[in-house]
Amino acid sequence: MIQGIDYVAILPPVLCAVAAVVVLLADAFDLPRRWLGVLTCGFLVAALAAVIALAAGERRRTFCVPSGLRDAGPRSCSYVTDDFTLLFQGLVLVAAVIVVLLSLRVIDADDLPAGEYHFLLLSAIVGALALVAARDLVTLVVALETLSLPVFALVGLRRQDGVAAEAALKLFLVSVVSTAVMLFGISLLYGVTGAMHLDRLSLGLHGLPADLKPVASAGAVLVLAGFAFKVAAVPFHFWAPDVYQGAPLPVAAFLSVVSKAAGFAGLAIVVGLGMPSYGHVWGPVIAALAAVTMTLGNLMALRQGTAIRLLAWSSVAQSGYMLAPLAVGERRLTEAVAATVAYVALYAVMNLGAFAVVVAVQKAGEAPVTLDGFRGLARRDPVSGTALAFFLICLAGLPPGVMGLFAKVVVFRAAVAGDVTWLAVVMAVNTVIGLYYYLAWAVRVFGPSGSSEEGTARPGPAVRAAIAATGAGALVLSAAPQLVLSAVTAATG
Amino acid sequence: MMAIPACAALALLVPKARFLPDDASLGRFGILVSGATLLVGLSAVTAFDFSHASRAQLAVNRAWEPSIGLRFHLGVDGISLPLVLLTALLTFLCFLYTRRHPPAGGRLRLFTALLLVLEIGMLGTFTALDLILFFVFFEVVLIPMFAVILLWGGPGRRAAATKFILYTLLGSGLLLAGMLLIAVNAGTLDMTELARRHGAGISHGVQVAGFLLMMLGFGVKAPMWPLHTWLPDAHTEAPTAGSVLLAGVLLKMGTYGLVRIAVPSAPDGARSCALWLGLLAVIGIVYGALACLAQTDLKRMIAYSSVGHMGFVLLGIATLTPVGINAALFGNIAHGLITGLLFFLAGSVKERYGTGDLERIGGGMLGTAPRLASFLTFAAVASLGLPGLAGFWGEMLALLGAYRPDAGLSRPAFVTFMAFGGLGAVLTAAYFLRLLSKITHGRPREDAEVIVAPSAYEYAAWVPLVALTLLVGLWPKTLLAVTSEPVRALFGGLG
Repeated sequence: MIQGIDYVAILPPVLCAVAAVVVLLADAFDLPRRWLGVLTCGFLVAALAAVIALAAGERRRTFCVPSGLRDAGPRSCSYVTDDFTLLFQGLVLVAAVIVVLLSLRVIDADDLPAGEYHFLLLSAIVGALALVAARDLVTLVVALETLSLPVFALVGLRRQDGVAAEAALKLFLVSVVSTAVMLFGISLLYGVTGAMHLDRLSLGLHGLPADLKPVASAGAVLVLAGFAFKVAAVPFHFWAPDVYQGAPLPVAAFLSVVSKAAGFAGLAIVVGLGMPSYGHVWGPVIAALAAVTMTLGNLMALRQGTAIRLLAWSSVAQSGYMLAPLAVGERRLTEAVAATVAYVALYAVMNLGAFAVVVAVQKAGEAPVTLDGFRGLARRDPVSGTALAFFLICLAGLPPGVMGLFAKVVVFRAAVAGDVTWLAVVMAVNTVIGLYYYLAWAVRVFGPSGSSEEGTARPGPAVRAAIAATGAGALVLSAAPQLVLSAVTAATG
Repeated sequence: MMAIPACAALALLVPKARFLPDDASLGRFGILVSGATLLVGLSAVTAFDFSHASRAQLAVNRAWEPSIGLRFHLGVDGISLPLVLLTALLTFLCFLYTRRHPPAGGRLRLFTALLLVLEIGMLGTFTALDLILFFVFFEVVLIPMFAVILLWGGPGRRAAATKFILYTLLGSGLLLAGMLLIAVNAGTLDMTELARRHGAGISHGVQVAGFLLMMLGFGVKAPMWPLHTWLPDAHTEAPTAGSVLLAGVLLKMGTYGLVRIAVPSAPDGARSCALWLGLLAVIGIVYGALACLAQTDLKRMIAYSSVGHMGFVLLGIATLTPVGINAALFGNIAHGLITGLLFFLAGSVKERYGTGDLERIGGGMLGTAPRLASFLTFAAVASLGLPGLAGFWGEMLALLGAYRPDAGLSRPAFVTFMAFGGLGAVLTAAYFLRLLSKITHGRPREDAEVIVAPSAYEYAAWVPLVALTLLVGLWPKTLLAVTSEPVRALFGGLG
């Protein structure tokens, strides 16, 4: 049977896929590397424009089950561009533009193959864009793998570097294990319900005979594994520090923001649309994961001496906060999803900003910059220094970083509203631990400079633009956090 | 109408512009801005309708974030009005004092900006009528105070500042969880609405959990024993203006929060936890007094005396009676005035003698620096609760409240608390008299240099506080008349 495809709906990922091929070809024809970055940026902006146009128009869906095969079931479309999808696609694309800006200098400095780099990055973005729009389990898995596979190569791109190779291998192994576990879960769910589309799955789980319920529960928990890997939640977290350290810095930023955002979108889609009725099963699992993840992440971050490892562990901890609202289970689920999405969106801005400053400070070909390397940054480079301190305060969630404060407030609120007050208390303790290392870092920025003042790396205009963009975003959102909150509530409501 | 926070917020932006080249004009600017804020505060008093003191007046109420029911809601009533004035006054006096006696460490521009942000946070906390807004303002004070201690503090400032911010943030986290627990169950974030309902429709368990979390959260700030350990370090290391604001206003945010949010929105929970609150308060009173007896540093001693005095305030709240709450609010103001004065004086002593150590200061200050010593004597006597001065009424009323606590509470326990509180008051007298005998009386050290007489700016900072201490002490009705009606309204559901 021939299926109609709504090409307008899938325009953003298609644009990125075209861009990937174009960039690869352009590299083969020896286009200067700087143009490759510009080309990539151009396509990403075009895709972003497509997302905005889609948002202005009607909501579309495609790859639906044809009416002849539907037999009175729901419409079951595999690819849906609703408000939720568009919000995440916009987020992913904006973050991707920032990552590309950050990459320009790193590619030059580390002598990375520019064509391959941009090709792989675009491929991963295609995966992320498809993932947030996917509404059936197979599409989700394929999108998740499309997102993951290029990243292994990206992490290992610094070919002469042993650490990078080890990081890539580690990422690969953890990913494969989590995907295998997830596929097993999906097979169980398919086995008991006979459905792959999330809306059908949800219906199927409702009317399940009692003896099949344990199987469905096991399937539901196993499916979470794949997403737990993507968002670096315990116990699939231990790749994060090594991979962040081994990978080129912009790739680490990509992992911690774009890939994580897509992971949370997928998680929200699966639990929210696919198995809301099993909230009593996955709710407590996520609650435990969230509590352990944030605690472990924060405790480990306390002991880190280099900026990149600290960001790695802190982003593990932040994943814990983002998971927390989903712990509520079926009750008040839309509110919880809204809280998670709001946190992810706000976190993307702050964390990208922090990464941008680290990229600016990191000298090419040297060991990862230590926290002490930031001493006196506010004097050497007032803009970056102040921006970094502001991002860190935002991440810690204190005024004047009002956006971070509001991110915490919505998460607390969702957790408390969903009757997991104990998790809110765990979060309260964790914010204190988190504050300690963020603040210690921020204080170093303003402290007297260390001995090695000369030879500071000059960030190029692209990195400066990235810092400025994220800084402006953080300022605007701190002055008016309701922008994100309203958009999120409208998109998930 | 409520121009105070807006005024202060604008003031924050202005100093960042590069139009105040030197420190002198910067100092004048700080005085001017905080003076204007104080004037706006005073004009708010004249605009305030005292016959309806229980209603929030001069309110601003606008929708801010409709999706989570957040409103930008500010206003003052009889409970918050005195605290707003106290804040504006103390900030103004701090700027006056800083004009002639800048903190060691320079960077006056940043210092002025931080103090102004601090003022926004404090005023905002006392005027906010929306839980989230309250929380935002509650947090706004943390970073400026942290920076003030860290940049202009004494030798142990780094540890003190870190301890301060970690402790208070832990409190804030628990507080947020507690407030949201109540708010989500009540379905509103509006504090006036929550207070009007008196916890109706919220189950007992939720109220207890919510109150307990809020009690711990506010208790860190207040500070409640055993959560007080950040306080002596922070107070001792902070520069004079920082100590004054920390002791004079920031501590009040904790007790104000208890009275304004925790007790009215979860009265059931309050009743269940009151015994524990009272117990911790009394331990705080006795512990603070005993700790004071062992101190050798002037500022540290005043800091510990704050633990004791805030214990009386907490005891007043724990009785859950109108008398007790009035005592708490009264004690808040009295403590703000007296301890503010004490810290100003301690700063002046430290500046002249180069140390806060009682032994090294030696005795005979009445001989070498008669005026400074007289003020110190006055402040110490006021602080130990001499009748006729402000300190007396807060403590007396708190003990009176404990004698006849709320009907739902165990009377024998509270009478015991009262006895121990009385003991604490005696110990307070003991350590202040010890202080005075050590440094104001006795023979001056042989090698004592000539001590500079207080400057006009110091007098300007001290005299208003002395005058208000006398005023409030001699005519306590000036204050009680404002607070008692809203307190009665609070107890609509408890009584």
